Amino acid sequence: MSTNLQTAPKAKPSAMRSQLVGARLPKFAVPLTAIVGIALAIGFKYLLSWSGWSTTVVAAAVLFVIVLTGWSFSVEGRRRAKDRLASTLIYACFVAAVVPLVLILVYIVQRGWPALSANFFSHSMAGVGPDQPGGGIYHALVGTLEQVALAAVIALPVGIFTAIYLVEYGKGAFARAVTFFVDVMTGVPSIVAGLFVYTFLLLGTGARPFGFAGSLALAILMIPVAVRSSEEMLRLVPRDLRDASLALGVPKWRTITKIVLPTAMSGLITSALLAIARVAGETAPLILLVGYADRINFNPFSGDQGTLPMMVWDQLGKRTGNSGEFTDGRAWGAALTLVLLVLLLNVIARLLARLAQPKRG
Amino acid sequence: MTSASAPGDRDNNDGGDGTAPHRPDTGDQLHKAASEHATDATDAMASRLAANARSDGAHSAPDAGAADTRTPDSTAPRAVPDDEEIFAEAAAGGPMGPVPPQPKRSSGASGPSESEISGSAVRLGDRIFKGLAAGAGGLLLVVMAAIAVFLIWKAWPAIKPGGENVGNLFTTQAWRPQSDPPMFGIAALLFGTVVSSVIAMLVGVPIAIGIALFISHYAPRRVATVLGAIVDLLAAVPSLVFGMWGLYFLVPKTQGFQSWLNQYFGWTYLFGYPDATQASDFGQSLLIAGIVLAVMILPVVSAVCREVFLQTPRETIDAAWALGATKWETIRTAVLPFGRAGMISAAMLGLGRALGETIAVALVLSSGFAISWHLLEPGGDTFASTIALKFGEASSSPLGIPALIAAGLFLFVITLIVNSIARAVIAKKKDFVA
Amino acid sequence: MAKRIDVDDLNVYYGDFLAVEGASIKIAPLTVTAFIGPSGCGKSTFLRTLNRMHEVIPGGRVTGKVMLDGEDLYGPGIDPVNVRRTVGMVFQKANPFPTMSIYDNVIAGYKIAGSRKGKKELDDIVERSLRGANLWEEVKNRLGKPGAGLSGGQQQRLCIARAIAVEPEVLLMDEPCSALDPISTLAIEDLISELKTRYTIVIVTHNMQQAARVSDRTAFFNLAGVGQPGKLIEYDETSKIFSNPSQKATEDYISGRFG
Repeated sequence: MSTNLQTAPKAKPSAMRSQLVGARLPKFAVPLTAIVGIALAIGFKYLLSWSGWSTTVVAAAVLFVIVLTGWSFSVEGRRRAKDRLASTLIYACFVAAVVPLVLILVYIVQRGWPALSANFFSHSMAGVGPDQPGGGIYHALVGTLEQVALAAVIALPVGIFTAIYLVEYGKGAFARAVTFFVDVMTGVPSIVAGLFVYTFLLLGTGARPFGFAGSLALAILMIPVAVRSSEEMLRLVPRDLRDASLALGVPKWRTITKIVLPTAMSGLITSALLAIARVAGETAPLILLVGYADRINFNPFSGDQGTLPMMVWDQLGKRTGNSGEFTDGRAWGAALTLVLLVLLLNVIARLLARLAQPKRG
Repeated sequence: MTSASAPGDRDNNDGGDGTAPHRPDTGDQLHKAASEHATDATDAMASRLAANARSDGAHSAPDAGAADTRTPDSTAPRAVPDDEEIFAEAAAGGPMGPVPPQPKRSSGASGPSESEISGSAVRLGDRIFKGLAAGAGGLLLVVMAAIAVFLIWKAWPAIKPGGENVGNLFTTQAWRPQSDPPMFGIAALLFGTVVSSVIAMLVGVPIAIGIALFISHYAPRRVATVLGAIVDLLAAVPSLVFGMWGLYFLVPKTQGFQSWLNQYFGWTYLFGYPDATQASDFGQSLLIAGIVLAVMILPVVSAVCREVFLQTPRETIDAAWALGATKWETIRTAVLPFGRAGMISAAMLGLGRALGETIAVALVLSSGFAISWHLLEPGGDTFASTIALKFGEASSSPLGIPALIAAGLFLFVITLIVNSIARAVIAKKKDFVA
Repeated sequence: MAKRIDVDDLNVYYGDFLAVEGASIKIAPLTVTAFIGPSGCGKSTFLRTLNRMHEVIPGGRVTGKVMLDGEDLYGPGIDPVNVRRTVGMVFQKANPFPTMSIYDNVIAGYKIAGSRKGKKELDDIVERSLRGANLWEEVKNRLGKPGAGLSGGQQQRLCIARAIAVEPEVLLMDEPCSALDPISTLAIEDLISELKTRYTIVIVTHNMQQAARVSDRTAFFNLAGVGQPGKLIEYDETSKIFSNPSQKATEDYISGRFG
């Protein structure tokens, strides 16, 4: 065995270098290509007299991708060109999608913000016509909060217990069936859930639409979301913890209630809030089941109730034939309130999750 | 471990009883046997364990619950002897060490006595709890069955052969259940639903996967965290809001783009709109509805995909790197195959949303009830939007409501089929996922 | 041809944290070099700098030189992708691609690069690599089965087969046996002795007997304390390190007085 380690030669023939060295595009390649792409696209716009800028932006992006990939292919070879193409497309996805998505939020805030005022939050729409100013969302806020709360009261226990069943007990055909139908239920469109509640609660009984009917439909939509996310949270509880408890002779149900559930508690709260946020903005079932009332109705078990989504729908519908000056403002104000409500739930859920589990990024 | 018997116990025939029919969960014998073995000592340890677990995982305030966990039932005298658990007693009792005197036990024997491993009080708790859990799962099945039954039942007048509907339910391109004779069919609805959803999937899913990859593997970590939170927030924005954005922002802003498409790609037929004379003729088309749906499902799909991509094991990614893969090759070799099932689920989740989306589509599309492959032409309907838009006038005629319920039934069936296909696809590849 | 590695005054960072300080080492071709040392001393981190795997960790960067036959791996124009082709790696936890069959795992290096080799040629590569990893006889009848279905030791040998399939010059092994039972460990150690005839091998191990058994030369890494950078303390013939080390710290570690 050779132990005589002479110092490495400082330079090697270039033939050896070629193996590790890869030809790369210069650093300025990307910005340069971008400039070329944009310039070409603008040139096309004026040459071919395209109307609107959206087309030009798309053309610039496509040109950029083509030029950069082609350049890379000729200099860096096939693999690097593919890599660059993929990176470019992935970055493009981000720019082309996340930015507009964020712009949607900005747009809502822009349109809705002027409507928000103390008056807007404390008054109902009773007696306010489509071409009149004023009015507010108090009645709708009451309805939405009541109905969503009732839905949560029904759906969350069912959801969490189902998740417990699937995680702790679930074996065999029944558990498989439940898992399957949770999946299927996730796919049930909200309007179908609304129709279902309509058929068995309102149709034939002659009952008028009322808030709780909406809650039932929302609960149907909420259950699968709650099951899925709670299941995930319960599965995060390490098997060892359960084994430790069981090995100490703790009954299974007490292991679940005293060890599994407390450990997963913050996660369960988070998933509950997310499930609530998911249905809070549902509109479709409410059209069928709750109707819309522009006055305040505190009783979810009798009579039409206003809700935020339905108020938006109502105001948008009343726009026709009017200037839309006031209805639009109110619709956007209500929509913004709805978004804020949902975002608030989300932020609380996420803060809870973060406070509870600093290790999970 | 001794099995010295308490009077009345039939502990000697445990081998035979191990398969006794009244045992619901024979597969779980050991745990169950262990769980019978409740004492104050173990319960106290369990409560500490629970407290630890909670403070470990949750950093929560001092745990009030842990202090009061001792309820009498776990140590209550067992009236009914239980004879099957002896075999596991050693395992269960082994690590306990000395057991403090048990005031509630008449035997007062030192060390575990027979009564500790027998009894029904705990089993009752287990049964009730399991019953509750299984019942909740059962309720789900009942609800799903009820949805199917009620929809079929109430839609029957509209779908039964030889009913009053003079149109063909599947081919008629009209929705006039209130006319005399009533005439309606789902052809246009099915077309609009499928086409708008397909556009949404074609546009939305690749972009969503791109965003998910960007957040999970391309963006710097700090940017990724912020972006991930934003996408999650967007996933919760009500669809109504997307619809409003589509109607007020996207439709007017894309008229130029639609007219451009028509000008250069009109020959494809799909993008043709021969009647259009100016940009403002364009607007509330199926294409735009599909794009609104795509934007709407983006956050949901990419949120799910991102979660899956982030779960790709570090080792697998390292393996690809170490074989000399470029970044894209690493993603294609390690990340995408690992996330395939998750991506399919995510796409199906998005498809489900797109198929069933009501309000956003109802706002963006202008109703027409005719099938047209000119995707830029204003018009088009989906099942869901029709139900919402026609509901107000439906109760005025006897077939109005059943017809809409029939539309809902078809939508339900379609989502069922889509879900089943997705599950089958995922199950098929299960073999190769660790 | 196996290549030599010369590391000159290498500092390895995670972000601002200096993980390994001033390491210099010369590794001759066709030898087995073992890195030993207490946990957290940076030996695995150092190993990952030898094929530029360190920089795939966010914040990972190095200063100094790593020369492969005189060519600086961190020099300008060097493509890390080519580096990793030339310097293969086997990891602590066996990591076959879970979505691929045994066959596909072995030729993963070619598939990844989009190589257009014929079926016959690929078959040959698979057989040669699996034979090279002493795995052929065990899996030849189930090449289409998932790689993840093998036992731990077989998975690790599959990973070795995958690494040698692309015919690297150097093979890095990061505690390849730490998750294996003694019999599988023995199989891997035998394999290392065989592979030595064709590759330059660097192995990180916690097991000093293993270092003594398989390596020609041994490098001892240590760190002064928590938060301090790891350092290369001593590098010499394995027999010398284990019988008559020149540094007190090495002797303490070898004789089990700490670590």
